[in-house]
Amino acid sequence: MSLVKKILTYEFHNTIRSKWVILYTLFFFLVGYSLFTFSGDVNKAYISLMNIIIFIIPLVSLIFGSIYLYNSREFIEMMLSQPIDRKSLFTGIYFGTSVSLAAGFVVGISIPFILFANVGQQYEGITVLLLIGIALTFIFTAIAFFISVSQDDKAKGLGFSILLWLILAVVYDGFVLFIVYYFAEYPLEKIMIVLSIINPIDLGRILFLIKFNIAALMGYTGAVFQQFFGGVIGTIISAVFMLLWILIPLTLSTQLFKKKDF
Amino acid sequence: MIEIANLKKQFGKAVVLNNINLSLGAGNVTAIVGPNGSGKTTMIKAILGLVKPTEGTIEVDGFKTEGDYLYRKKIGYMPQIARYPENLTANELLSLIKDLRESESFKEEKILSSFKLSGEMEKPFKSLSGGTKQKVSALIAFAFDPKILILDEPTAGLDPISSSYFKDLVVDEKQKGKTIILTSHIMSEIQELADEIIFLLEGEVRFKGSLEELLKHKNETTLERAIAELMNQEV
Repeated sequence: MSLVKKILTYEFHNTIRSKWVILYTLFFFLVGYSLFTFSGDVNKAYISLMNIIIFIIPLVSLIFGSIYLYNSREFIEMMLSQPIDRKSLFTGIYFGTSVSLAAGFVVGISIPFILFANVGQQYEGITVLLLIGIALTFIFTAIAFFISVSQDDKAKGLGFSILLWLILAVVYDGFVLFIVYYFAEYPLEKIMIVLSIINPIDLGRILFLIKFNIAALMGYTGAVFQQFFGGVIGTIISAVFMLLWILIPLTLSTQLFKKKDF
Repeated sequence: MIEIANLKKQFGKAVVLNNINLSLGAGNVTAIVGPNGSGKTTMIKAILGLVKPTEGTIEVDGFKTEGDYLYRKKIGYMPQIARYPENLTANELLSLIKDLRESESFKEEKILSSFKLSGEMEKPFKSLSGGTKQKVSALIAFAFDPKILILDEPTAGLDPISSSYFKDLVVDEKQKGKTIILTSHIMSEIQELADEIIFLLEGEVRFKGSLEELLKHKNETTLERAIAELMNQEV
């Protein structure tokens, strides 16, 4: 068994038993349960669920990821006194943490799906929803790890995490709206596509809307988006950007971790 | 066993270790003493590869530590503060380390019964006391029969019975020819265990020699007074 796999397994066992991950699972279960039970329209329930997922997963992954790494400092020192290289240790901790968060999300949300939603009909939409949730977990845990490794001060690191979340989840949309409003007389479709790809939260939202066939409600822009993101090339480009959002922070933080003094 | 040559470590502008040249042999307990902030822990961490030297080299059992990690299989380390993943049990942690070292734990049973740890091994770390975690650290450091033992203030959280058993364990290992490095603020403990004393101050080695030599050098009868004398003179 490779070193990464050994660390991953133990990290997973540790984090999956954490009360925060259990609460997180419960949260998705309750949200899914109440949306499907109390909202008459299943499609509306899906959209509400997507909106919650797209805000909550990045926030929790950022905060849980950075706090977890800060609190693991002594354990990391301990592990580094064992015969293991730094890259394997760091990669193992990263995947252990993100896999347990992703598992919490998938388990929590799948139960109400199976019990209340019309899984057969919305098969594609549900798959996309789960994949987006998993991708966002891996992306924002990687960013949290980067912040945590590059900033020794826990309070500052947490501050950066929350600030980044605010920027990507809230401020960014304001910025996009500003551009749409200000340059309304110009053809903005291509720029809008680029802007949506750059921000993983926006990308997640749009992929969901496209696969759920709600894009038609968005008029001409919706049609352009549908054409791009619905096609093969658009799907590949989206997947590549999601992957880059994981790989870039992960590679940078691994490099920093390799040089770090403990 | 451990060869340190021209070791220097800087954190930003602060020089924490400067021009350290040391050779630590087998079958010896070497105590590193010095006031807080003198560089003891940094030196230990440099040997373990936790801290990257600014200059100089460290060799462990003939292997350069830079860029290598397998040499740590030969080292058992007991850190100053023991903090473990709170939801894992000591048994799970031990099996992780067995996996990493690809080795059985030779002395597990004996240490478990002497420290009365057997009943604690299935509980998660968050429910263990500081002293118990310290015992788990000792178990991890000693169980794999490493050639080198690095003990950073090992008895600080231990009760008198465990502490005296711990010292017996150190003496045992020394007689088997292990290289042992110890830091401690408890002078009686150093007097009891150490063959050689290294006095660090402001990141430099100010004295290296046997206990007798130190006492003679300072014309004192106890280690505590001799060390205090060294500190007074230098500060």
